[in-house]
Amino acid sequence: MKYQPPHALQPVSTHYCAGCGHGVAHRLICEVIDELGIRERVLAVAPVGCAVLAYDYWNFDVTEAAHGRAPAVATGMKRCNPDKLVFTYQGDGDLAAIGAGEIVNAANRGELISVFFINNANYGMTGGQMAPTTLLGQKTTTSPAGRVARREGWPMKVVEMLTQLDGVAFAARCALHTPKHIRDAKRAIHTAFVTQMQEAGFAIVELLAACPVGWGVTPIQAIELVEQQMIPVYPLGVFKQASSPVSLPS
Amino acid sequence: MPQVVIDRSRCKGCELCFKVCPKKLLRRSSQLSARGIYPCEASDPTACIGCLQCVLVCPDVAITVEDDTDDEQPTRK
Repeated sequence: MKYQPPHALQPVSTHYCAGCGHGVAHRLICEVIDELGIRERVLAVAPVGCAVLAYDYWNFDVTEAAHGRAPAVATGMKRCNPDKLVFTYQGDGDLAAIGAGEIVNAANRGELISVFFINNANYGMTGGQMAPTTLLGQKTTTSPAGRVARREGWPMKVVEMLTQLDGVAFAARCALHTPKHIRDAKRAIHTAFVTQMQEAGFAIVELLAACPVGWGVTPIQAIELVEQQMIPVYPLGVFKQASSPVSLPS
Repeated sequence: MPQVVIDRSRCKGCELCFKVCPKKLLRRSSQLSARGIYPCEASDPTACIGCLQCVLVCPDVAITVEDDTDDEQPTRK
């Protein structure tokens, strides 16, 4: 067998739309968990949003937090179980809008958790409304003429914002639209878990994902939009790596 | 020889794998699946070179690549 799905991923079909980036993100996290051999040690916190049913797809312990409160729940889980590896999986509506206070304060406290932040520039679950991460000019159901900076503000750059905080040990932004970018994202997810294992501090990985149905385009057009429109606004790369050097998988 | 295997029941027909296959083996099936969409199929599964690009981009883990020559050694992607 040249490729086998990870054991940490349940062998079930997901409810995500065709071409949605969540499926790739789920699989990458599970592949890293299998490679690190930490499936029995991992605790996850699922968000409110499209990934609210993530516990049906992951073969490890997952809890559900109120909208935006995943970092606060994860803080409690990690402080009560310091030997466990705790991560949150949050969308942009969950993390950047209603949960902005929780994520900033969890990062500032340097909580030893890993955060995987799916940025698809809208509220996918409720039908494609404008999120803090929506691009300028992007049409959504609540910005039918396109987002205007003077009225709704600018796209929120969460990773750059959190990089300024001393408690953050690892901050990176990756995309999930081409095989190369997916490989880079897997390395970043690996580093986020290793950062937590080394107790170096808070780790966040932002993943730019396509939302074909929310954007009203085909899956192929959606991944082109990630390349042409999202990446110029949300530059990719590792913004901060304060942990001791980690060996990345080749 | 690597061989690409597609799980018709899990494929949602997003067609993201069509573009990344260097051998252009993947195409839309002419048969509807139980989901009511035309899933992906391989025109010649044995012509697969086992590059795993399709596996990487598939959001639904609908594609696996089998290789009878090294059963015990999964290739790192």
